[in-house]
This record gives sequence, C-alpha cells and structure tokens, in this order.
Amino acid sequence: MGIVTNNLSFAYGKKKALNNINLSLANGFNILLGPNGAGKSTLFSLLTGLTQTVNGTIEINGDKLSDNKSKIMSQMGVVFQQSTLDLDLSVKQNLLYYAALHGIAPKKALVNIDIILAQLSLTERLHDKVRTLNGGHRRRVEIARALIHQPKVLLLDEATVGLDVESRLLIISYVRNLCTQRDICVLWTTHLMDEVESTDQLIIINKGEIQAQDQSSKLCEQYQVTDVYQLYFALTQNTEAV
Amino acid sequence: MTLNQYLYCCLGIVKREVFRFFQQRSRLFSALVRPLLWLIVFAAGFRAALGVSIMEPYGTYITYQEYIIPGLCCMIVLFNGMQSSLSMVYDREMGSMKVLLMSPLPLPFLLFCKLIAIAFLSLMQVYVFLLCAQLVDVDISLLGYLTAAPAVFLIAFFLGALGLLLSSLIKQLENFAGVMNFVIFPMFFLSSALYPLWKMQEASIWIYWLCQYNPFTYCVELLRFALFGQLNLSAFSVILSATVITAVLALISFSPKFSQQR
Repeated sequence: MGIVTNNLSFAYGKKKALNNINLSLANGFNILLGPNGAGKSTLFSLLTGLTQTVNGTIEINGDKLSDNKSKIMSQMGVVFQQSTLDLDLSVKQNLLYYAALHGIAPKKALVNIDIILAQLSLTERLHDKVRTLNGGHRRRVEIARALIHQPKVLLLDEATVGLDVESRLLIISYVRNLCTQRDICVLWTTHLMDEVESTDQLIIINKGEIQAQDQSSKLCEQYQVTDVYQLYFALTQNTEAV
Repeated sequence: MTLNQYLYCCLGIVKREVFRFFQQRSRLFSALVRPLLWLIVFAAGFRAALGVSIMEPYGTYITYQEYIIPGLCCMIVLFNGMQSSLSMVYDREMGSMKVLLMSPLPLPFLLFCKLIAIAFLSLMQVYVFLLCAQLVDVDISLLGYLTAAPAVFLIAFFLGALGLLLSSLIKQLENFAGVMNFVIFPMFFLSSALYPLWKMQEASIWIYWLCQYNPFTYCVELLRFALFGQLNLSAFSVILSATVITAVLALISFSPKFSQQR
C-alpha cells in the first residue's frame, strides 16, 4: 500500500526530467529531498495526475493511477508549492468549495472543517478572507483543505517554503502527528534538510534519478556519514540546500 | 460516485462563482453600468436620429430604448461569459485550476458545472438590468420576464462555452485580453443588437451578411421574441445547435496546462 512507481520516466521535449524512478512508499512520513531542478515537482505533478504519465506506472494504494484516477483522487490530499487558494473568498468558502469538488455534502464538510481548523488553531479565522491571512495561516488553510475528505495519501510539495521557523515547526509537527494518528502515507517534498528526522523514510533525488531510498538513520549508517547534511552532499555533490 | 455527490459538486461550483462575483464589486458595478449607459445615454441620442418601424415581434412602433433592450441583455451575457472564461485563464496561470483538477469527478462534468454557473450569473445580471430598465419606461410583461429566463440561460450557456473554447486556445492571460477585443466587439456590433438587419441591408449588403452569419444575432433575436412571450424557432434552433457544437468543442479542447510547465 502507499505509493509505488515503476520505471517512471518523464521528459520535457528532449530534456529528461525523471529517469527510471522506482519508488515504494509505505504508510508513514516519507521525505523526498533534492535540490532545485532535481525533478521533485515533476514527480509530484505525475503523482497527482496533473501531468500524464507516458513511461512507467504509478500505483496509489494498489490502484493504477492511469486506470482508477477518480478513486485515487478521492483518497488523495494535495498541498501544492504555489498557493492555490482563492484570495477573494473566505477560509470557509474555500474549504466548502473543495469539499464540494469531492462531492461532500456541506453539512458533513462543515463538521470536518470545524475539527481540522481547531487542530490547526484556525477556528477564529473561518470567516476571514484568505487575502487577509499571513503566509503561515494560508499554508495551514491549504493543509486543512487537503484533509477535508480524509485522504489516505497526503502529498505536500515544499509546503513550508517561505515560512518563518514557528510556522514551519507547527505545520511539520501537525503532519507528523497526523501520520501516526490516521496511519496514512505522507510524501513531504522539500529541499530543507533540517526537516528530516532519523526515523523518516528518506528519498534523495538528484538530476531526475533516485540516489538513495531508506530510513534516514540507516542511510547515514550505510554511507558512513554522521547526519543528513553530509549524506545529502555525498549523494548530490550539491551545496544549494540548507 | 453517487448522484448526490455530483449535485453537491455542481452546487459548490455555482456557489463559488456567485461568491466570487459579489466579492469583486467592480465587476458587479461595471456589469450593470455598461448596459445602463448604453440604454440611457446612447439610446437617448439615437432615439432622435433613428426610427424603428413596426417589425416582429413588436405590434406597434417602438422606441429605440425598447429595441435595444434584448441586445443590451445579450451584451451583459456576452461580457459575463467572456469574463468568466478569462477567470479560467487566470486560474490556470495562478494555479487555482489545480484544485479543480484534483476532484475525483470527471473533468467534462466540472466544466459543464462551470458553464451552468456562468449562465446563472448572467441570468442574475440580466434580471437586475431589466428591473433598472423599467426606470426608463421600458415595459416588459410578467410573461416576458418568465419566458426570457430559459432564453437567457441558453444564450449564456452558449457564450460561456464559446469563452471556454477561447480560453483553451489561449496560452497566456495577456493574449486573452487581445482576443476579447476581436471577439466581443465584432460579435456585438455585427449583429441585430443595435440596429435591425433590414437597416443594415440598406447600408451595406456585406455587413448585412456578416450579421446574418453571426450567431450573436440569433441570441439577440431569440431573446427579443422571448421577452414578448414568443419563441423564435429559427433563432432557437441556431443557438441550440451552436451551443451543443461549441460546448463539445470546448470540453474536448480544454487543456489544463500550466504556464510553469516547460
């Protein structure tokens, strides 16, 4: 169960973006780490079905994305790197719209919204226009939105980029807790190494290829390095990430 | 997916468009001011210069204001249809389109709901305009108000689908504004919205033929008759066929490609 990709490749014209990606992500917190331009967003776009898979296959919870897109979408929550909230609408209107797109009745959606917003300390902002929220709050609203339909797979593309430390910690710890409580598969894409914990499943991607994939502490052991920073530099020869 | 889920989804999309419309106050304001300016200022001047003789569906001589009411209603619908499609291009550019694409419901259904939402918004604006038009002595019967609704809805659906088709063909937001000038104005002016076709024929035969082949002419005529509780069958047939063809083409050609993709 979780996310499985088999020989997944993708190219923009002649430029290869992903080359033969074989992933097997079980339920739990999985981190996809790689420098800018490594292919993280392309992989994310393929996993969410926004870009059509041409070479290779993607399976989510045992279903092929190409064959059961509707079923998969009903089980998948996504937070995109770029904000996709409607700034002119309130938090509630944004969340209800998303719930409607998943065919959830407004009454049921409101129950879910109340619970999730309380967990994310956003209850008081329910009627505020998204335009009036700061970056951290907007991110939290996007996470709340991705959870309304109680997904079994949660994908987050650089969800903490541009946020202050407090907001980053709040968001990442919330998602980690969620992972444990609900037993879901989370794929957390980032280029920030301080977000990796020793127990996380870590996938390091560089130049469109998977460099390593295992529990973070095991990888450090395997490559005989003391921390994720050294591991990352050893595998990518890249000093861009922090 | 159950029928109820489809219904919730459709209602959600319509509600979102309505909320957005009322949040964008300038859009609401311009949607009403534009046709009212035409009706009060433009029509007042032309009333003196132009006479409109007895023609169907009018039973007697009518004022110019009365003549251009259906054209102005269709203008509202045309602008709303194109603006809503413009918002699709904006959504695509800004990334909000991704939210729509993450729905488990089929994309053609979601786009169909979007067209329903556009049509509903157009209907609301047209009725507000018609109520305002009462202030300049334009009388419409209760039956006319009732029979106009399905006509406006069909026209709005057609023009929304046309906008959607255009938005599929346009890659960037900047290009859309330019294309609008080559679509909205020719469609509006080369129709029977402002002048009867027989007057066009007297002025220039080729302009007359352009008007004859312009589907917007049939939108105007469909509504003109509907406001009098009558069905213009030929206009209805043309618009219905055009709606089906345009909607199918729009749904087929809709491409949710994002500009950040290489």
